[in-house]
Order: sequence, then C-alpha cells, then structure tokens
Amino acid sequence: MFETAVTLDQFIQASIDTLYMVGMSLLIGSLIGIPLGIAIVVTRPGGILQNKIIYTVLNPIINIVRSVPFIILMVAIIPFTRIVVGTSIGTNAAIVPLIIFISPFIARLVENSLLEVNPGIIEAAESMGATPFQVIWHFLLPEAFGSLILSITTATIGLIGATAMAGTVGGGGVGNIAIIYGYQRFDTFAMIATVVILIIFVQGIQSSGNVLARKARKE
Amino acid sequence: MTMIEMRSIHKTYKRKNITTEALKEINLQVEEGDIFGVIGYSGAGKSTLVRLVNYLERPTGGKVIVDGQELDKMSDSKLRAMKKQIGMIFQHFNLLESKTIFDNVAIPLILSKKPKAEIKKRVMELLEFIGLSDKAKSYPKELSGGQKQRVGIARALASNPKILLCDEATSALDPQTTQSILQLLKRVNQEYNITVMIITHEMSVIQEVCNRVAVMEAGEIIEQGSVLDVFGHPQHPTTKSFVQTVIHNNIPESVKRTLKQTDNSRVFRLEIQGDSASEPIVNQLMKNYEVEVNILFANMTEIQETTLVIMYLQFEGAGNDVEKAIQFLVEKGANMEEVTA
Ligand SMILES: Nc1ncnc2c1ncn2[C@@H]1O[C@H](COP(=O)(O)OP(=O)(O)OP(=O)(O)O)[C@@H](O)[C@H]1O
Ligand SMILES: [Mg+2]
Repeated sequence: MFETAVTLDQFIQASIDTLYMVGMSLLIGSLIGIPLGIAIVVTRPGGILQNKIIYTVLNPIINIVRSVPFIILMVAIIPFTRIVVGTSIGTNAAIVPLIIFISPFIARLVENSLLEVNPGIIEAAESMGATPFQVIWHFLLPEAFGSLILSITTATIGLIGATAMAGTVGGGGVGNIAIIYGYQRFDTFAMIATVVILIIFVQGIQSSGNVLARKARKE
Repeated sequence: MTMIEMRSIHKTYKRKNITTEALKEINLQVEEGDIFGVIGYSGAGKSTLVRLVNYLERPTGGKVIVDGQELDKMSDSKLRAMKKQIGMIFQHFNLLESKTIFDNVAIPLILSKKPKAEIKKRVMELLEFIGLSDKAKSYPKELSGGQKQRVGIARALASNPKILLCDEATSALDPQTTQSILQLLKRVNQEYNITVMIITHEMSVIQEVCNRVAVMEAGEIIEQGSVLDVFGHPQHPTTKSFVQTVIHNNIPESVKRTLKQTDNSRVFRLEIQGDSASEPIVNQLMKNYEVEVNILFANMTEIQETTLVIMYLQFEGAGNDVEKAIQFLVEKGANMEEVTA
C-alpha cells in the first residue's frame, strides 16, 4: 500500500502548482469580484449610489455565471482560454476559468458582507457629508472587514476544490496526481496523500481566516 | 436669527401601492440658540421631520431653510458642506465598531482632510469635554450606552457644527444616564452656542432641557410654543396627555365628588409662571377680598429654571366679590380658567 510511483518532488511541485493556481485566481478574482460586490451593494435600490441600469445589468450576469458548474464552465470556455493564454492545458490555462468561476462568487460573498453592515453607520456617514467614495472607504469596508476576511476564506476554499477539478483535465496541481496516479493507476497512496494535502490546505486557510477575522473584529 | 425653518413641508412615501403621508403642511422655526424639542407618539413623523433638516430625507413639497440657505437649491457638494455644519446623534449611537474611540471622533475631520496634528488636538479636546479622555484607545464594544452616546456627541461636534440634531438620543438609556446626557446637551448648547433639536417621546426630556417644543401627531404639528406655555396651558388632548406624564394636574376624584355637592361655589384653574409664582398671592387674596378660598389641588414644577404653579381653587362669596378676586389674580399674572364639575 505504501508503494507509490509518485516522487516527493512531484508532490511538492503539485502542491506549489495548486497554491499558484489558487493564489493567482484569488488575486485576480478579488480584483474583479470585490469591486463588483461593492458595485451591486451601492447601486441597489436604496443604496448610496442607487442606479437601476447598472444594478439590473450586473445582478443577472453574476447569477448566470454562478449557475454554471465549474467543470462545465472550464470546458465551455476552452476557446476563450486558448485566445488568452495560447493553450488549454496546464496551470496557466486553468487560471482563466478559475477566475471566471470565482469572481462572481466573490462578488456575492462581498455583497453579503457589506449588507451586514448596520445601516445606521451609513446614515451617520451621510449625516457627516461623506462622499460616496468616503462612505465606502471609511465606513462600509472597515466595518465589514472581519466579515470580508471570512468571505475571502470561503472563496479560497472554493478555489481549492475547483483547482483539484481543473487538475483532472490537465490543469496540473494535486488534482492531477489524484487522477493520473490515484485513479487511473490504482495508486492508493497517491490518492490518500492528495486528500491529506487538500485537507491540510483547507484547514490551514480556514484557521488563518478565522484568526484574522477575529482580529479585525477586535474580539 | 432663525437657524432652521420649514415652510409648508410635505413628505409622502410611495412604496408599491402604499402611500404614506408622513408629514403634512409642517411650518416650523427654530431660532439660533434654541434647544427645540419635538415630541409625539410612535409614527407621528418625528424622525422624518428631523431627517429633513440635514436632507437625509428630501421633502416632497415645501422648503427647508438652514442658516438662511435653501437646501433644495444646493448642489450635492454644497449640501455635503452644509451637512458638516449639522451634527447628528442617534438612538443606537451608530459608532464604528472597528475603530477606536479616538478614530470615531476623528472621522468627520478625516473626511474634511484636516492635518493630523489639528485632528489630534481637536479630538483630545472633545474627549476632555465629554469626560472620556482615558477611553481614547478603547473600542465602542468596551463602553456603556451612556459613554457611547457621549462619543456620539463628541463625533457630532468635531466639525464645529452650528446645529446638533438628536433623534431619540436618550431612548436607549436608563433614567440616570439620560439625565447626564441631557446635561451634556445643555452644555453643548451653552458653551458652544449650538442650536439643538431634540426628538423624543418622553415629556420629561422636553421639561429638562428644551426651551421650545412642537407636539406632533399623524404627520402634523398640533401645538408649538415655549415649553412653559405648552406645559402651562396645553390645548390639544394629546399635548395634555403628554404634559400629564410630568405634571399631575388633574383634580383628584375625591375633590371632584365634593365639587358636585356644593353648588354656590365656583372652581378655577390657576396657572402662574416665573417670579409672580413665588409671591404669596393666595394669602394677599384672602386678606384683601371678601371671598373664601379653598385650595383643592396645587402643583409646582420647575421648568427651565422657572417655576410653574398650577392650582385648582374653590371660591365662595357674593358674585361680584369672586369676580374681583379673579381680576386681582389676573393682574398678578395668573391665567384663570373656570372649571365646571
Ligand atoms: N422610508 C420609509 N418608507 C415608507 N414609509 C416610511 C418611511 N419612513 C417612515 N415612514 C412612515 O412615515 C411615518 C412616520 O415615521 P417616522 O419614523 O417619522 O415616525 P416617528 O415619529 O419617528 O416614530 P418613532 O417614535 O417610532 O421613531 C410612519 O407611518 C412610517 O411608517
Ligand atoms: Mg423615530
């Protein structure tokens, strides 16, 4: 059972690939998803920059992308991925669908976090003559910060799952090892090791997220 | 000088098929230096009214004029500058939980991009004023309700406003803490010469600090005037019931019963304020006039450092003598009103 064809170097490389995919898509996905989440909060009816057109355009777009399962999304946008990175195989190619998958997810999570902020805080901000940008920057984001950290944590864990899936179709990372060795070559050790690595990643991320969120909430 | 003026204000909320007329034909003037109270039962429109002053809510009709400027003629950026002249405190304080007390008080100054040194000086000065200098580094979570409201007041004062709006600022506090917050508001009014507008449903709050009051019901102002006048002779039944929560000026039932039995006497309600209230007028009356006076009920209340006396007097005497006695009391500054059993 402890015989395996996978070398330690391969495991390390796979882990690095997974972290790279998660990190890159989280970074770019946040750069898209956080502003998007803010936009749907402030443009919604009764928001500080209420705007029917922007809201009614953004809201369904987010829903539509969110309703496509990642495994389908990944395959469906292969032509687009080719245009962007020149290939549809490998870690960089996996990042494209990962970004498209995670951005609307982050937007929704951010939306929920921001909606949790006590409306009285916004009212106080407006009574001080804060500009909409100041309301977002000095009131909305700091008050939602703890909750935003937890949202990003949730998004990161979602991404780890998705990268593993990407691995199954040649995306690289630990998912790739699980499929090529664990599944196709009955390498039980490789399979178990993959699961253990994923558990460690998820646990590590969730715990650090919780610690940071508690700090942000001054608990 | 008039600080806040409302001219035939209307405010209608439309939601789907439901329209609510929150305010109907409101006319109001708050003078510079006033502590103006607005009282009314829940849903009367008090919050809507106060939120018009800093345009958190826009009227559907009429004009709001603050410090001589019509708010509806202002651009968004002018309006924001105007809002810095109007501080506001809230029932649930609305402090930023993620920031220290120092930063909470500093935030209006940060929004105005004031230099750091100036912010520090001003914030420390304000924390001193509210008596919470030692809490600068604490978070709102670590403070009591009364302390939070003090921070709310300091924050509202940071940008040196001319007006302070208070929407149910003491409604979440116990009576003793309410007292201390009201005293603080009084100091804000006196030491910084800030016009204060207080929204409340407690008549004791009005009695404690206000000099003028408006009573609201169903979106309308049903009575307004100086606190002494409104407490002295409330006209509207709602006003009367509010006044009764702090001044018990009903004739006791037992007295009413004896009233019905004697038929050759007349009963008057006497109301007198200020210096004349401290003169022994009843004594003088009995000495100089051929009437018998019986005090059925007496109440003395301190409002605005002035005494307000309300008495129910029973007079017996020849018709003309009673008239003369009443005349004497009126000359002494009393408000007389005949009561029929
Ligand atoms: N945003 C809104 N949309 C629709 N109706 C509203 C809105 N705000 C207030 N109203 C209605 O306007 C009326 C007056 O409300 P307002 O909050 O001014 O009363 P209030 O005197 O402050 O009451 P309370 O003492 O309970 O705070 C109520 O009938 C209320 O339902
Ligand atoms: Mg209210």
